[in-house]
Amino acid sequence: MKLGDLTELAARNLREAILRNSLTTLGIAVGVASLVALLSLGVGLQQLVDRSVARAGLFDTVSVRPRQSTPFGQPGGGRRNPRDAAADLVPPRVLDDAARKEIAALPNVLEVNPEERFTAEARLDPNSQLVMVAGMPASSQNSGALDGLSGNFFSGPDAEEVIVQGDMAKRLLNEGQPPASLLGKEITLRFAQRQALPPPSQQAASDAPNQAVGPDEEAMGFSIVPSEKKFRVVGVTPSSDSGGGPVGFNNAGMYLPLAVAEKLQVVQQADLREMSRSGAAEGMRYAALNVRASSPAAVAQIEASIAHMGFAAFSLIDVTRNLRTFFAIFDLFLGIFGSLALAVASLGIINTLVMAILERRREIGVLKALGAADRDVRQLFFAEAGVMGLAGGVFGVLLGWGIGRAIQFATAVYLGRQGMNSPNIWSVPLWLVLGAVAFAVVISLASGIYPASRAAKLDPVEALRYE
Amino acid sequence: MIVHVGVEFTVKPLHATLRTMNVTETQAGLNGNAIHADQVSRHYQMGGATIRAVDQISLDVRAGEFLALLGASGSGKSTLLNLIAGLDRPTSGAIFAQGRDLARMSSEDLAKHRNHTIGIVFQSFQLLPRMTLEENVELPLRLAEIPRAERPGRVREALDRVGLAARVKHRPAELSGGEQQRAAIARALVNQPMILLADEPTGNLDSKTGDEIMHLIAGIHRPASGPGRTIIMVTHERALAEQYADRIVTLSDGTIAREESLR
Ligand SMILES: Nc1ncnc2c1ncn2[C@@H]1O[C@H](COP(=O)(O)OP(=O)(O)OP(=O)(O)O)[C@@H](O)[C@H]1O
Ligand SMILES: [Mg+2]
Repeated sequence: MKLGDLTELAARNLREAILRNSLTTLGIAVGVASLVALLSLGVGLQQLVDRSVARAGLFDTVSVRPRQSTPFGQPGGGRRNPRDAAADLVPPRVLDDAARKEIAALPNVLEVNPEERFTAEARLDPNSQLVMVAGMPASSQNSGALDGLSGNFFSGPDAEEVIVQGDMAKRLLNEGQPPASLLGKEITLRFAQRQALPPPSQQAASDAPNQAVGPDEEAMGFSIVPSEKKFRVVGVTPSSDSGGGPVGFNNAGMYLPLAVAEKLQVVQQADLREMSRSGAAEGMRYAALNVRASSPAAVAQIEASIAHMGFAAFSLIDVTRNLRTFFAIFDLFLGIFGSLALAVASLGIINTLVMAILERRREIGVLKALGAADRDVRQLFFAEAGVMGLAGGVFGVLLGWGIGRAIQFATAVYLGRQGMNSPNIWSVPLWLVLGAVAFAVVISLASGIYPASRAAKLDPVEALRYE
Repeated sequence: MIVHVGVEFTVKPLHATLRTMNVTETQAGLNGNAIHADQVSRHYQMGGATIRAVDQISLDVRAGEFLALLGASGSGKSTLLNLIAGLDRPTSGAIFAQGRDLARMSSEDLAKHRNHTIGIVFQSFQLLPRMTLEENVELPLRLAEIPRAERPGRVREALDRVGLAARVKHRPAELSGGEQQRAAIARALVNQPMILLADEPTGNLDSKTGDEIMHLIAGIHRPASGPGRTIIMVTHERALAEQYADRIVTLSDGTIAREESLR
């Protein structure tokens, strides 16, 4: 029989026992729905994590340090990857301006920024807090790192403004004040400033404190003096309990425009090391550089090139690879549990079709008498199983989608009551929709194998004999 | 007792019949036989006992012949008919239909044989109850993979021929027994088979309705125009057999007890 005739006959046979077949189809739908609901949750959670990681700049950032300056291994305690082993043969280099320019010239590098981080005391009378301050490049404005920011980004690269992390804002404010009430207030930062000592001959003449020292000035040595500066709060990031704010590389309590942070000449740990190591240092040296790649795909290549230049380069690509493996296994487990329901549903199909054979003995006999081959009968039952699978699959996807929406809604209400904004933990990608429907059809066809071959083998003489 | 009802047939010589039926010599098989059964047996094993439903029957049915199978209940009439229909396979022996040995056909070919060469009518009509007459009659065309566009015309023609053109949208339950049997005949003929097999087609009908059905079958056997058909009919009623058949074969315990040529 032609496929059109098969499906037509199958559809009308299904309609004849509408209640029973609907219930069977519903069974498949529930199985598919549970599969879709679980997997969408898995996919949604994965995307949630991916989004946070991407927001942290983990995917497109390479951290560069001088090789010796990381005596405790690479940041993040990461394993050394094989590329580094080869790079170890290259002599280590100083991370200076020349190196910075060289890195910036590498293909697929968007920008290279010095990592500017220091500890300071933040004061907002009557409270004060020790805080990690980081310089933030202008590119962060659009990187997604500041999603959910209240207030504004820095008005300019040299603005004496500060963006405060939500939790830090709470600590600086009095109990019960919302973090956003910090906006517009002035915060005083107190930090250790590095002041270059003039060459010994001029030492007496140079008494003026707090004088900015250019990076090109010869550093024959320096003194450390406490220094203070006021910054106006222009932005407050979401606090960590609502799932917002920058994390990872850029994590800090306060952010200054990168250029402003650099000009503060805060003492860096590397300064002390460099000082004890060599007498004649020329130009500016960096403790670390953050290299932004044009895409996560380019990160590995950039990392390798930098390592070959003689620096320690590190990215979180390897770490996120593990994360992906974890989610693949997580999804597999969710899939297995979801499939269990579908397995039960497939028993329902087998049962329904076997029942149908008993009921339709005569019809099968008549079809055979009229010239149906065993193959036609088998295909007819297959088609019925397939139609039930298809209907159950489509309905199940809708049902699963509905369940997912309900879970999403319930989470949103629950988290909303706790004062948190709710992340999207639910995602139904197209591959899941198509895959679930196809899976339902395949399972149904497989369930149809036994009933169909039984129906095909039915002896027509036997089937037609008695009323 | 022989009852003659006013239907008269001009008996033509065989070659003339064959010509009007448009049957070539090869199609008709050896010796112009539509059916040639050679030592056919169908035995059933029940525990230790062997039931010889059909036992060593040899029988030729000429193309265009109307053969009646008579016999007591359990004498093997239906079993023999099912063997000829290709619904059942003989335990031993050979059956040729239009020159081809059914015993050596694959089950796929046997299905084609049932679809193309044979039309079957049963005592209990065997229409599918949830389908309209139209859909019932369309079934053999679906199985034969006749193009969709051709089907409605052929279905209508077949139902028209049995006088049910007005009832195409009705379901079997909405029809009388006689009408149902006529629909079943339409279904058996829609694929224009050479041979019509009927297992007690009037068995479930009153005598008047039975007569109508027999008229119909006689008309199929020798229509006023167009090709005629070979007919093998099982019946209990000797009177019907004598009235319509060319030949009567009486079975007893799975063997041929008697053969009478009437025309
Ligand atoms: N599947 C079977 N298993 C065992 N015996 C069978 C089977 N089918 C038929 N028989 C036997 O074969 C014999 C012939 O049966 P068949 O149905 O051909 O008789 P019949 O002449 O058509 O009778 P009726 O006029 O009652 O229809 C019977 O004795 C029957 O019991
Ligand atoms: Mg019988």
